[in-house]
Amino acid sequence: MNGVISRIAGPAVIGKGITGAKMYDIVRVGELGLLGEIIRLDGDTAFIQVYEDTSGLFVGEPIQNTGLPLMAELGPGLLATTYDGIQRPLEMIRAKEGDFISRGVFVDPLAKDKKWHFKPTAKVGDLLSGGDVMGETQEGAFIHRIMMPPTLKGTVSQIVKEGDYTIDQVVCKLQEGTELTMIQKWPVRSRRPYARKLDPNELFITGQRIFDAMFPVALGGNASIPGPFGSGKTVVQQTLAKYSSADIIIYIGCGERGNEMADVLHEFPALTDPKTGRPLMERTVLVANTSNMPVAAREASIYTGITLAEYYRDMGYNVALMADSTSRWAEAMREISSRLEEMPGEEGYPTYLGTRLAAFYERAGRIICLGKDSRNGSVTIVGAVSPPGGDFSEPVTQSTLRIVGTFWALDASLANRRHFPAINWGKSYSLYQEHLHTWYEKNVSPDFGNVVQQMMAILQKESELQEVVQLVGPDALQDNERLVIEAGKMIREDFLQQNAYSEVDGYCPMEKQYGILKAITHFYQKAQELLKVGGTIDIVLESPLLETIGRLKDVMMKDWSKTLESLLKEVKAWNLQPVTTSR
Amino acid sequence: MELATRYYKSVNYISGPLLFVEGAKDLSYGALVDIWLPDGSKRGGQAIDVSERFAVIQILEETRGLDLANTSISLREHVAKIGVSKEMIGRRFNGIGDPVDGLGPIVPEKRLALTGLPMNPTAREKPEEFIQTGISTIDGLNTLVRGQKLPIFSGAGLPANEIAAQIVRQAKVLGEAEEFAVVFAAMGITMREASFFIKDFEEQGALSKTVIFLNLADDPTIERLLTPRCALTVAEYLAYEHDYQVLVVLTDMTNYCEALREIGTAREEIPGRRGYPGYMYTDLATLYERAGKVKGRKGSITQIPILTMPDDDITHPIPDLTGYITEGQIVLSRQLHRSGVYPPVDAPRCLSRLMNSGIGDGKTRVEHRELANQLYAAYANGRDLRKLVAIIGEEALTDLDKKYLKFAEDFEKIFVNQGVTNRSISDTLNLGWNLLSKHLPKTELRRVQKKHIDQYYGKLMDEMTNVQ
Repeated sequence: MNGVISRIAGPAVIGKGITGAKMYDIVRVGELGLLGEIIRLDGDTAFIQVYEDTSGLFVGEPIQNTGLPLMAELGPGLLATTYDGIQRPLEMIRAKEGDFISRGVFVDPLAKDKKWHFKPTAKVGDLLSGGDVMGETQEGAFIHRIMMPPTLKGTVSQIVKEGDYTIDQVVCKLQEGTELTMIQKWPVRSRRPYARKLDPNELFITGQRIFDAMFPVALGGNASIPGPFGSGKTVVQQTLAKYSSADIIIYIGCGERGNEMADVLHEFPALTDPKTGRPLMERTVLVANTSNMPVAAREASIYTGITLAEYYRDMGYNVALMADSTSRWAEAMREISSRLEEMPGEEGYPTYLGTRLAAFYERAGRIICLGKDSRNGSVTIVGAVSPPGGDFSEPVTQSTLRIVGTFWALDASLANRRHFPAINWGKSYSLYQEHLHTWYEKNVSPDFGNVVQQMMAILQKESELQEVVQLVGPDALQDNERLVIEAGKMIREDFLQQNAYSEVDGYCPMEKQYGILKAITHFYQKAQELLKVGGTIDIVLESPLLETIGRLKDVMMKDWSKTLESLLKEVKAWNLQPVTTSR
Repeated sequence: MELATRYYKSVNYISGPLLFVEGAKDLSYGALVDIWLPDGSKRGGQAIDVSERFAVIQILEETRGLDLANTSISLREHVAKIGVSKEMIGRRFNGIGDPVDGLGPIVPEKRLALTGLPMNPTAREKPEEFIQTGISTIDGLNTLVRGQKLPIFSGAGLPANEIAAQIVRQAKVLGEAEEFAVVFAAMGITMREASFFIKDFEEQGALSKTVIFLNLADDPTIERLLTPRCALTVAEYLAYEHDYQVLVVLTDMTNYCEALREIGTAREEIPGRRGYPGYMYTDLATLYERAGKVKGRKGSITQIPILTMPDDDITHPIPDLTGYITEGQIVLSRQLHRSGVYPPVDAPRCLSRLMNSGIGDGKTRVEHRELANQLYAAYANGRDLRKLVAIIGEEALTDLDKKYLKFAEDFEKIFVNQGVTNRSISDTLNLGWNLLSKHLPKTELRRVQKKHIDQYYGKLMDEMTNVQ
């Protein structure tokens, strides 16, 4: 199995004489045993991308082939752990190696000495096939179902009694002799199978008004947030991780800043899940491959993350996967591709960029899992894109747009005026609105779609009028047009703007979202009426109602229905009392 | 230690800064080598591609005088390293770490690899100690915290150096007196710029606290690729082994990136945007990401890289990729500079991503975030109105719009244009309130909570200080 190094150029190493080498086999390179993966075979030579820094390697050092592709180890104990791009547990590495990651370290992804309370659900004689549950254990707040690996089938000949076991211990034996433990391994580059995909007709609730109301993403859908730096991409992703309606969060920091990752690592354990009241970290797996960590491991991190997501999906959970940022992933592909001297496509990216991106995003979906009980599970993907110079015409953004269902366009000019989330409502879109129509009718209000439509129309009208104002000044407008501008301003400031760090406004329930919209529409309609009966725009602009509506988002949920009710009453009672006769 | 030095003589191709040697297969990847010239002099080089047939050596100095017949190579070190010691503080080195101040060599306590090792993300301490720079636009609106990397995006002719020197001079963490050191790495800057910094450090008595690495404009370009790595290796040593609070100033990153492009082209790599190599992001990240704090250790590394945006273009690959790695940016404005504002910080385009963790109750003041948002919003509005005035004239504006216009004017004239003074954070915040109160009605202040309006709105500067 052993070969030798014949050339080293950065993260690309060429090996000779590795017998039995297969594509995507994992190899250990050099005396240090650096991890690498075979990405091209040519006669006797193999091209290897090495996941660690290759400085100091010599030609002639040995290469050992493990004969296996890059596998994720799946089992209880994944939650609340932080991994690097190739599923090495960073905290355990720190305990073993110190504050800096030295090379050639290998630590098992899951702790082998920890005991888990296993409760069998299958019995001797049961015929189990892939995805069937044979037992379960409690992992934090979740029931971790121990499933048959997707590719196996067989009759149970022996299963252990309820009790505490380590993940290495055999818990179940099949008639033909296969021994099963609580862990299974899965090659990260292949998708895990499922029974059937379902339509995306349920809302992925985020608690963020601009997303839930205007540009929704469906459970099991995929969304992309491209934006120039400093426009709040990372904050949006972290907010989604905190507040979205998913059970499990997989957060991939792919080429991400170290200090931001530290912020996530610091903040998540301290945050409580708004639904269960338990630490948010308990339902999160972090995959952290910061920008200064080896580039090949960054390429792998996306696959590692999505495999973990699919594993929890297969248990019947709703999983949200945040990838920040897919541009860094694409850049890692480009870097390796250019070291392999492949013929480049657009801007030096490999020609298979689009295919790889599509294959990744298509691993999202709401599905019926394998297994007799037909559980439902979903993986929703939110991928950030960092277009260079904020230019959306670059290849990564364009390839992504062809695939995703929701597009949240971040806008630097909004961020500059501190309008957050800085999502440009003119450029964003959601293809799920059609699918979600019935969901809104059933769960929020029958006229929700209408109200949102009206709001969008006002915003559109406002931006047209703003252009006129830019040219000739506000005085040239008529009162009803100035009212549109005021209404547009209200929607922007009182509805779309949302402070992710605010305790009250960080998460906005659907009921409140609908309420604020309602308040603004009622105000707008009433003001229109007043203008018709002789009111002037100045009266509208001086109304104290404006400030009350402006502060609606900071009203706590316990006071919500009361506040809204009295406000709507006030709007209704608003009339031209203080009108001056001079006009 | 090898007893006999081995010389490789079969140099068979020299192109730009690259040299191809045959049969040098026992060089390691990344090895540092000596290149011996026909006239007996010696230059440095590094192996950047090794294989059974040949090794590619990147020459760190110029290639003049090299030939194929008589040039030979010998190994200096398998991995590029620098000798570090506490004695380095107060000394001056060239771009690859040899002393140039005539005070003789240093006695290294350790030899450390220049590339360093990536910090384990779980070992990182969240940066949250407020650094007061005394500059209102930074402290008030784009707060710097310890362990952050905050670059200055400058343009040709803008006073980035002056601002960096002012930060070095004034930066302090409130209520603490810890050992600090400055590591200054100059890449391809002129002697005039370098002596400005050295003189400034000298005047403020910081020179004895500073480690200086100088690769000037007329020094070999390729050496620039090692200069920031030398500087950061020393910084890491001082911060993590001797508990220093280290401030690293890297100037000018644009020259560094150009050196990177030069090497990339010489290696005939497929170029990315504007000819810069596709791995420039990764390469820059291995520099910038060496800022930070480690849990359980006292020291920290705060980075202030300076770069010149070619043609003031923020979307140029250098500022663009930098912005994606660093935690924000301070952008300078030519227009403000022309109208005599110093520091000409273009507030709306600036950002500090770590601001929120460094401010607020117990650090600066409870209303800091909201006040900053309010100032930003009001200033942005005022600036928009300016464009309008240019078209339709000021008379066409409403009274409120005129107020915003005046606010923006005063904001630039008073808040931004502070000169070389050192403003405390409470002065900065009070000044912000003062400007808001002077120009805008209470009802316009939608971003601040009512109780803070009651507390600060319309108060005089002294009264505000007493309120606290």
